[in-house]
Amino acid sequence: MNVLSFLIPITLIMGVVGLMAFFWSLRSGQYDDLSGDAERILFDGDDKPLPTTPRTDHKEQRS
Amino acid sequence: MNSEDQTASAPVGAAQQAGKKRLGSALQRGHARHSVIRAPDGRGLCVLSVPGIRCGGCVASIERALNGRADVISARANLTLKQVRLLLPDDGADPASIVDALAELGFDAMPAETSDPAVDPEGGRLLRATAVAGFGAMNIMLLSVGVWAGAQGETRNTLHLVSALIALPVIAYAGQPFFRSAMGALKARRLNMDVPITLGVLLATALSLFELFQGGHHVFFDAAVTLLFFLLGGRYLDHMMRQRARSAVSGLARLSPKGAMRRDADGGLQFTALQAIAPGDIIVVSPNEYVPVDLKITHGTTDLDRSLITGEAMPVVSGPGDLLEAGTLNLTGQIEAVAQRSADESFLAQMIRMQSAAEQGRGTYVRVADRAARLYAPVVHLAALATFLGWLAATGGDWQRSAFIAISVLIITCPCALGLAVPVAHVVAAGRMMGQGVLMKDGAALERLAEIDRAVFDKTGTLTTGRPKLASVPGDAPTLAAARALAAHSGHPAAWAIAQGGTTSGPAVTTVDEFPGLGVSGMVDGRAARLGRSDWVAGIASTAPASDDPTFAFDGGTPMAFPLTETLRPGAANAVQALMSEGLTLSMLSGDNQARVTRVASDLGISDAHHGMTPEGKIAFLQDQHDQGHRALMVGDGLNDAAALAAAHVSMAPASASDAGRMAADFIFLREGLDAVPMAFRLAQRTARVVRQNFALAILYNCIAIPLAVLGFVTPLIAALAMSISSVVVIGNSLRLNRTDKRQSRHAARTVQQQVPA
Repeated sequence: MNVLSFLIPITLIMGVVGLMAFFWSLRSGQYDDLSGDAERILFDGDDKPLPTTPRTDHKEQRS
Repeated sequence: MNSEDQTASAPVGAAQQAGKKRLGSALQRGHARHSVIRAPDGRGLCVLSVPGIRCGGCVASIERALNGRADVISARANLTLKQVRLLLPDDGADPASIVDALAELGFDAMPAETSDPAVDPEGGRLLRATAVAGFGAMNIMLLSVGVWAGAQGETRNTLHLVSALIALPVIAYAGQPFFRSAMGALKARRLNMDVPITLGVLLATALSLFELFQGGHHVFFDAAVTLLFFLLGGRYLDHMMRQRARSAVSGLARLSPKGAMRRDADGGLQFTALQAIAPGDIIVVSPNEYVPVDLKITHGTTDLDRSLITGEAMPVVSGPGDLLEAGTLNLTGQIEAVAQRSADESFLAQMIRMQSAAEQGRGTYVRVADRAARLYAPVVHLAALATFLGWLAATGGDWQRSAFIAISVLIITCPCALGLAVPVAHVVAAGRMMGQGVLMKDGAALERLAEIDRAVFDKTGTLTTGRPKLASVPGDAPTLAAARALAAHSGHPAAWAIAQGGTTSGPAVTTVDEFPGLGVSGMVDGRAARLGRSDWVAGIASTAPASDDPTFAFDGGTPMAFPLTETLRPGAANAVQALMSEGLTLSMLSGDNQARVTRVASDLGISDAHHGMTPEGKIAFLQDQHDQGHRALMVGDGLNDAAALAAAHVSMAPASASDAGRMAADFIFLREGLDAVPMAFRLAQRTARVVRQNFALAILYNCIAIPLAVLGFVTPLIAALAMSISSVVVIGNSLRLNRTDKRQSRHAARTVQQQVPA
């Protein structure tokens, strides 16, 4: 059963990494325009998102 | 979101006339210049709302056109929010030329509302809480599997300890929405669904911690966290549904800039934000613009569309000295006027105040889930208490065991199925409605819609389209072509009706003059001609016109009359019939004159019709209905209906309604046809039925589970299984709403339009 002592931490770390990845994707605005992103794969050319993050804009907008 | 549902009927604007190079209006350009904000890196950021974005093709063409410009650093279109985010070289940059470029592509643009945030903090919080709860639930479940598989002694204690270490922070973080809502309810001395949920989660956690330190066999961390995960999932769906409806509604906002063109001291025109307009300012209103604040005309005459204010369908002629309310649409002439009041004291603001007063009456409505909680919480909590006392007596004072069993009763009674019973059904119903082109603002509205026993309709713009139409087209082809060619140069609704159906390759028209209140004159194929009021046209015609309908005549020619009618909305008659067959009493309220109101009412078979109604009169009528114990559905579109929409038990508005009307309504139908009303009513009734079934299933489950729990047979394994199964059953039952309703005729929208003479 000693195997548990490092298996459990490994599972937890993997879970936390997944959770962090999800939060990061949420924060970087990847869910802002789901229907648009679905159609963008049909366009030619490079698709670069705007260089500003949505969070900072909002601080700006409130001011 | 189905993009073809977005066909809000916009009136044909002057901008859409053939052969003109499209430009954004001066007002839109001025507004855009005002809206550039400073991005962190010193560049200018401008968010334009472009309702015309429908698909990936629009996104591609907008981005290609804008990113190719020298004065745009980058542009990105958002299809979901129907916005374009522009990055400009600096915050003093002028996006006016970009508005024009978009107009040339065929997209009207105006700055997005800064008060309408693109990100939604509440939704983000819920989603994060759901993710955390999901992470916790999965990990604890896996550890629990180890325990159920027969881990013993130290190993079991270790697994429990790890579960506790995961569960405590997860519950503290993810449980907040429920804890806050339960606290709020208890402070207000009320019970809602979150009270038993919170109590169950907290007691389960406390009991499990106690068991952990005792080295006991049974801990309920998995049950507590899984419960939170399921409920947060339901709550997030519910929130998404409302958010989607809200963003769709704000997307419908007309392209009406939040400001006006003010004449400066030096005579130039300058865009001024609405809030900055003071009484006494000189405002210029061009054709096809809405009047921004209450004004008094000083120069110019024009025809005004006051239908959103009064419900009066026909345009009204106004000239110097006349007072205009904010929200009136200027049709034909440019006017200069003096602002009478500031924006927050205008007629519009008065209506909004009236509306919020009317909404107070709704505060007494209690949602179905909370009504259930009022019954459910005392019963379950008393059962748990009785169990505790019973076991205490039976075991001769073993309070630990008694408390354990009592709390397992609380856990197994599963606020889970009850908590999911309502939101899941509502989300499925909202999805169905979205597919039929109806937006639903929140679940409570759906519950109220299922309860109505009468429906009250506004006439202009609701039962009728509010746009006149030709009753019969006169036969003389060359004269008709000439009339249509001349009509195409006027902004008057009657002229639009005449011009419709004409070809673009009609006779050449030169030297057009529009005389507001009279008509339009010009040279058609070199002959002078007039189109407009019959007595004005009679001045050049050879004989006096036969009727007082709009008339066309060449100089010295025979006059040709165009009889106009008010058009019923497609499906209006069917909708009225359908609602009557459901046993509802129908009434019609209108600010229009008696002749037109009785005509439409008799055509549709509505016996209870009221004409000349003021906004106060409409509220009084609905209040009266309410006092008699009736629950009325109000369907209306105008600014004058906004307060009545708020006063009714539940309300619907077409997408073409005034902004205030759309804000006040619970449901908005995006398609032209009125058959959305009976459709929504039937779906609301089916949803109410499914919600009742869900409650019945949850209660049935509790009837089985409670005796087992009271007798002390519940282990964490049984609790986990029972809770999951009950939740799945409730969700499955709600999904039945997606099955098509056989009684719905899919052809109602294609019925032939009926006409009534105006």
